[in-house]
Amino acid sequence: MTALSHPSSENAKSYRALTARRIAVLGGLLALLVLSVAVDVSLGPALYPLEDVFRTLFMPMSSDLQMRVVIWDIRMPMALLAVTVGASLSLAGAQMQTILANPLASPFTLGLSAAASFGAALAMVLGVALFPAAISLMVPVNAFAMAMAASLLIFGLSTLRGVTVETIILLGIALVFSFNAALALLQYFASEQALSAVVFWTMGSLTKATWGKVAITALILVVCAPLFARRAWALTAIRLGETRAAAMGVPVKRLRLETLFLVSLLAAVPVSFVGTIGFIGIVGPHVARLLLGEDQRFFLPGAMLSGAAILSATSVLSKAILPGAVLPIGIITALVGVPFFAALILTKGRKAW
Amino acid sequence: MVSLSLDQIGARYGRRTILHDATTPDIQGGVLTALVGANAAGKSTLFRRIAGQLRGTGAVRLTGATKDDLRYMPQDTAMTAALTVYESIILALKQGAGGWRLSASELAAVDDVLHRFGIAHLAEHQLPELSGGQRQSVSIAQTLVTRPKVVLMDEPTSALDLYRQYEVLEALRHYAAETGAVMILALHDLNQVMRACGTVIALGEGRILASGPALEVLTPALISQLYGIDSRVERCSKGCPMIIVDGPSAARAF
Repeated sequence: MTALSHPSSENAKSYRALTARRIAVLGGLLALLVLSVAVDVSLGPALYPLEDVFRTLFMPMSSDLQMRVVIWDIRMPMALLAVTVGASLSLAGAQMQTILANPLASPFTLGLSAAASFGAALAMVLGVALFPAAISLMVPVNAFAMAMAASLLIFGLSTLRGVTVETIILLGIALVFSFNAALALLQYFASEQALSAVVFWTMGSLTKATWGKVAITALILVVCAPLFARRAWALTAIRLGETRAAAMGVPVKRLRLETLFLVSLLAAVPVSFVGTIGFIGIVGPHVARLLLGEDQRFFLPGAMLSGAAILSATSVLSKAILPGAVLPIGIITALVGVPFFAALILTKGRKAW
Repeated sequence: MVSLSLDQIGARYGRRTILHDATTPDIQGGVLTALVGANAAGKSTLFRRIAGQLRGTGAVRLTGATKDDLRYMPQDTAMTAALTVYESIILALKQGAGGWRLSASELAAVDDVLHRFGIAHLAEHQLPELSGGQRQSVSIAQTLVTRPKVVLMDEPTSALDLYRQYEVLEALRHYAAETGAVMILALHDLNQVMRACGTVIALGEGRILASGPALEVLTPALISQLYGIDSRVERCSKGCPMIIVDGPSAARAF
């Protein structure tokens, strides 16, 4: 090939440099995440000195029982749930934006979280369990069932002939409004106690974290992420447009359906555990895109890391703003996240969405 | 040498028949072949049938190549992705190849198309920053980076300035001669066709009206039938045949 006779391969060299930079950015994100988790664990209504916290983490038996319970059964699950939930929602949002060719797509614009809220409210207001066998877990199970039903509906409709990406998004928005109306109706008839439970749930909270929830969300990530990784080139190609990707041999329709299914799982489970933490699904992928571009080899881990780091940092803030109180994380995500996000988008000024 | 022939290719959208039994003799590789015809004559549909994106009747016969050696460049490519030009070409190269690592020879292949189509200086630019003509050149590079033996390009020069049209067609001609690839280009500028293409296929209302050497196919009678335009053939100062447009044919009311 004549290529070898080209005077340089300046371009190849600078591409290698770009790759190295991207790996460094991923490393930086990981470091931020680890730091944030460490701070998250050391913060809480009970003010323990840092050294005690770390001693309890690494040598649990040397601390007293109360401290062990606080660190290992309360703070660690919360801190880690922030990581898995942030990573899942961000990954879900990233792949939705990819396959739907729309920067606004996220588990929330497609009605998944509205459906989950409605499912949870069914349990809290009317005491209706969609799966009576799991009555003790009525709220998360209902939320999950509704979110999955919503995404399977979208999934089913998108297999129909002639359904375009735009149609899918419009259907999602229609679902958001329908579920919000149904939720409002439930709230209107709810008792005061049930109403406040519903409102609190929809604000999103990590306080009900358990090791079980951490394990389930982590398991789903461990299953889904490699499946996306195997399709990295095809998913990146889809961003060049459907016709173009198809011309490159990407089975566009099948890839879109597979992705939609995985994304449903990735979004529905975390939402059913922590309520509505809407912003992560949009902001996580956008931060990753601005920092790393859309080559899925970097974008995929980047979206997970940025989502996890943002939610973990938000968890820290939700404890730090009012000492002694943990504010609902959904509120903080939006309040702190939006100005940060706006600044990032406006200063970067790239034409890519 | 690679060649391709069409045997009664048909295609329909719903009840509308777009292609009627399109049949061609062997289209030889090594030279550029032009596909000409008015808007909506069925050029893109024919490409999509050959590329296997549309189902329909008839058969595409390839000699010296398989379906995997075929690359199709559609007319429009979305350029909103946050990718550099270099990344977007790597992407086209690695499609279907699996593996996340890039070898030195893969990087050399990317370098080769960048230089071939005069876009090496754009390698680090982001796709959304490119002009229309630059996008088209990038699109061509994406299509040829895998060194395909059968290439279908839908209007590869429509956004290029006069000099770049000439340059890109020369590069494509060079590629065809070097690889022996069958290259079919849908083109609107008949003088580009005259200058660069050895063979012409003329498509009118979903039927192949003629195919063969450019000078024999592009007669004033056929051009009038295809486009409703009166024309004549003359020679430029360097001797190349040129189509001079006189105006709309009398038969066509404006």
